[in-house]
Amino acid sequence: MPTKVAIIGVGHTAFRATSPGLSYKELMFEAATRAYEDAGLDARSEIDSFLTCSEDLAEGTSIFDEYVPDQIGGAERPVYTVSGDTIQGLATAYMQIASGIVDVVSVEAHSKASNVVTPGELHAFALDPIFVRPLGFNAHAMAGLEASAYLATTSTTREQCAHVVAKNRRNALANPSAAHAAAIDPQDVLSSPPAFAPLTELEVSAPADGALVIVLASEERAKKLKRQPVWLRGIGWSTGSGITSGTDGSSADYARSAAEMAYRMAGIGDPRQGIDFAEVDDSYSYKEPQHLEALGLFGPGRAGAATADGATARDGDLPVNVSGGSLGVGQLFEASGGQKVAEVVAQLRGEAGPRQLKKAKTGLAQSWRGIPTATGAVVVLSRD
Amino acid sequence: MTERTLPGTPLSDEDMQQGKVLTLNWPASLRYEWDTGVAIGRFLRELKNGRIIGRSCHRCQRVLIPPRMFCERCFRPTDAWQFVQDSGSVNTYSLSHLRWDASRVEEPILVAVIEIDGSSQGGLLHYLGDVRPEEIHIGMKVKAVWKPAEEREGSILDIRHFRPIDTAQDGPA
Ligand SMILES: [Zn+2]
Repeated sequence: MPTKVAIIGVGHTAFRATSPGLSYKELMFEAATRAYEDAGLDARSEIDSFLTCSEDLAEGTSIFDEYVPDQIGGAERPVYTVSGDTIQGLATAYMQIASGIVDVVSVEAHSKASNVVTPGELHAFALDPIFVRPLGFNAHAMAGLEASAYLATTSTTREQCAHVVAKNRRNALANPSAAHAAAIDPQDVLSSPPAFAPLTELEVSAPADGALVIVLASEERAKKLKRQPVWLRGIGWSTGSGITSGTDGSSADYARSAAEMAYRMAGIGDPRQGIDFAEVDDSYSYKEPQHLEALGLFGPGRAGAATADGATARDGDLPVNVSGGSLGVGQLFEASGGQKVAEVVAQLRGEAGPRQLKKAKTGLAQSWRGIPTATGAVVVLSRD
Repeated sequence: MTERTLPGTPLSDEDMQQGKVLTLNWPASLRYEWDTGVAIGRFLRELKNGRIIGRSCHRCQRVLIPPRMFCERCFRPTDAWQFVQDSGSVNTYSLSHLRWDASRVEEPILVAVIEIDGSSQGGLLHYLGDVRPEEIHIGMKVKAVWKPAEEREGSILDIRHFRPIDTAQDGPA
């Protein structure tokens, strides 16, 4: 039996396209205050370890570890940054607790995407300097390449991808924290200007600012708190060889292997039976069905049609991205996966307000680290 | 430095510049505009006004410089704005004989941490000026030398440097 670890507190700011009035430190302080209040814990005496998920280049400050302790309660305490998505941060927290060296861990992630004046340069830095950067195209075109391959391989249609965007942006209307809620229809998506064809502008998630903190605890500690724990039943992460490596670029293998790891730990044989709802990466329209298939929640090439039929809607058979996803809430750098985890926790606790699902016993959150990576992580959370 | 003879053919700058060796060059052109937020935004605006402002925490009774909206010790919001002096004392210092690109300077750059009077061990890292290097000592009383008001722009450089307090000019420290 794997060690039992629970999420005992979640806090986040609203996610907004810009946040000119607050520094990243002030955003982080708000998220941390909310999370520790939610957990019912004193930041300075009852949390043993602090993690921040961030990439130095996105911050514009190297060795960013040095800039995070004060505002999350971690001054002169165990702190370091994980250069990965929030779900990778949760995996690190899980290992710290399972190893027995700490009982309670705070995991922080944030985005100040609006402060990056040259996002294109930031993306370019992630491209291979020998083979790709000299070509000089916008890195989002890598998603266009993958979208073409995915549509061709699976016979998923552009209309089905447009349904994903309309669904998620509309779902965000019921999420007061979402930055990019909109009442749009698939036709609006298809008729928006071409961006990285086959993708249109509306099929690319837009950035947002915000911060979130998730607090995890050992079973023993979690059971002593007032708050009903949400159990981390399985977690996995994986990195592939990348889209230009000559492997099949259409199938999100990183998500498949990360999910296998998480399902094995959670003892889930058939994910469609074991999972009630999911928050999956939807950085681009096609990513949602591609990821749903890689996660084994739909058969190959089935998720697009199922979306158009309403199977992934809030009242569907398998609600997906009820929060609004990255398309509706916003692209949040390393906090993207964290936002999905926060939604799964809210649903499992029955605290999702107007978007509360009726059946929410076990949920899944999945992240992808975005273009040009082949890195993803999966976490399965459960009420019991 | 003694020259060591190593096997092989040495590469020269010229070899690189003439493209005899294949290399790739990627100049970084990343740019950021950080939101200063409530605390640092106000701090910078007050520098423009020729004043230094901090935030006080009523629980630990400290006045924080630079100001922040949260107290890192108590983990709670700070309570009030508080102007502090533009004087202080040298907490520690270094005479930097090299620039940040490691080139040598004629006269050392005088770098110091100034504990601002009225703050609780609050430190500003800044330059010392109008002082001979050998006179600098820990605990030395210093005062800010501001740029003229019309040149100030809400930057830590609105203070040119800190100079020793002259008791004749400034009164008793
Ligand atoms: Zn305090």
